[in-house]
Amino acid sequence: MLKVRVIPTLLWKDFGLVKGVGFDSWRRVGPVLPAVKVYNARDVDELILVDITASQTGDAPDHISVSDFSEECAIPFTVGGGVKNLEQMLLLLHAGADKIAINSVAYSDPALIDAAAARFGSQCIVASIDARKLDNGNYGCFSHSASINIGKDVVNWAKELADRGAGEILLTSIDRDGTMMGYDLALVESVTRAVDVPVIASGGAGNYQHMIDVVEKAGASAVAAASIFHFTEQTPAGAKLAMQAAGIQVRRNYIGNIQ
Amino acid sequence: MKIAIINYGMCNLSSVRRAFEDLGAKVFVADHPTSLYEANRIILPGVGAFSEGMTRLVEDGWVDALHDLVILQQKPLLGICLGMQMLATSGEEGGVTKGLNLIPGKVMRLDQLGCDLRIPHVGWNEVHYLSQDDLFTFIPDSSDFYFVHSYAFVPDSQENIIATATYGTNITAVVRNNHIFGCQFHPEKSSKAGRQLLKNFMNFMPC
Repeated sequence: MLKVRVIPTLLWKDFGLVKGVGFDSWRRVGPVLPAVKVYNARDVDELILVDITASQTGDAPDHISVSDFSEECAIPFTVGGGVKNLEQMLLLLHAGADKIAINSVAYSDPALIDAAAARFGSQCIVASIDARKLDNGNYGCFSHSASINIGKDVVNWAKELADRGAGEILLTSIDRDGTMMGYDLALVESVTRAVDVPVIASGGAGNYQHMIDVVEKAGASAVAAASIFHFTEQTPAGAKLAMQAAGIQVRRNYIGNIQ
Repeated sequence: MKIAIINYGMCNLSSVRRAFEDLGAKVFVADHPTSLYEANRIILPGVGAFSEGMTRLVEDGWVDALHDLVILQQKPLLGICLGMQMLATSGEEGGVTKGLNLIPGKVMRLDQLGCDLRIPHVGWNEVHYLSQDDLFTFIPDSSDFYFVHSYAFVPDSQENIIATATYGTNITAVVRNNHIFGCQFHPEKSSKAGRQLLKNFMNFMPC
């Protein structure tokens, strides 16, 4: 049986690891490479790395740093932030990324998703959506680190991304990001009901029960989280134990020595 | 012992190379078919579409070299993910395309095989052994490995299936035909269990 994944998200900005609240007021939480090493040593299920600098400045993603990170990673990792074209994706894949997260550029150039899926396969294209609840109660899509309201409905956009060939949807609630108040269950459920590809829930995890809830009540295939791991004593391994106790199937880490 | 990783331009080879380096193996990336002749073990990795992968293998001359080395000289081969699927007779991804035909069978989309779950099949899933095999030494049955794929290999002969995974239906997880192996999951991304499997492939001695 396929296991529910617990995925630490690492945001890096100008060489350092950061974490914000509502995509703003970034706090430094340390250097990136040691964090990658620690998560690899702890044998987490998967990692997501987002280059905030590239996302905000429009620079090309830093594939040289990605290459350093991948050297330390015996587990799958997704790289995102500022990805704009197939050439950049190729550089990131060659640098060792397993999957590429595409966000802002998909709004101006949606055909890039089709082209990327055709070239690299759907399985390595993660469509990332940053969503915020609007005054009318619907969820809207925001680009460029939540700075621009695109004017698109999240559910319709998620469907379009999946139809174009995205292999997974990484769905982040801007409202909940960094708050540790729990995932936006209504948001996640609206998307998991609408698409047939796996949905990674992101934004708001503050305790293990939040993770259990977004899987059980909202149908998430994986849970991404950052603040809970940076700022509390809670760990990915602890999350998996709690999820297992709640009856959710999680990966059992292989603990033997290689012989 | 020298391990060659075939570079036919389809995927990141660094994680496969790194995995073998971790295991202390002499490993190199083969950029041209002639360099394969230096190797005692061959890895055919792969991410991407079947038709595109086969086109590159054919156009760049890998197919003849593989025939020479794997069929005539009996060098052990391990295909990973797309590299495993291309061992088949044919694949349907990107239009019906001829495969390497090293293990007779075809590659079909998961939903055509009866899988009604979310596709692609992404994440850690249990691998169940159908027979105890050299490749599984020291690794407990039903260990989790990392999968990411939308198509699966259906060998003509059940005997070539040595492990399966369950995802809406039974999926071929590992195939073997003598000294030719293939795994649908990514051992290079499957942490320690994956490292052990690669070590087992290094240790495998063809009779």
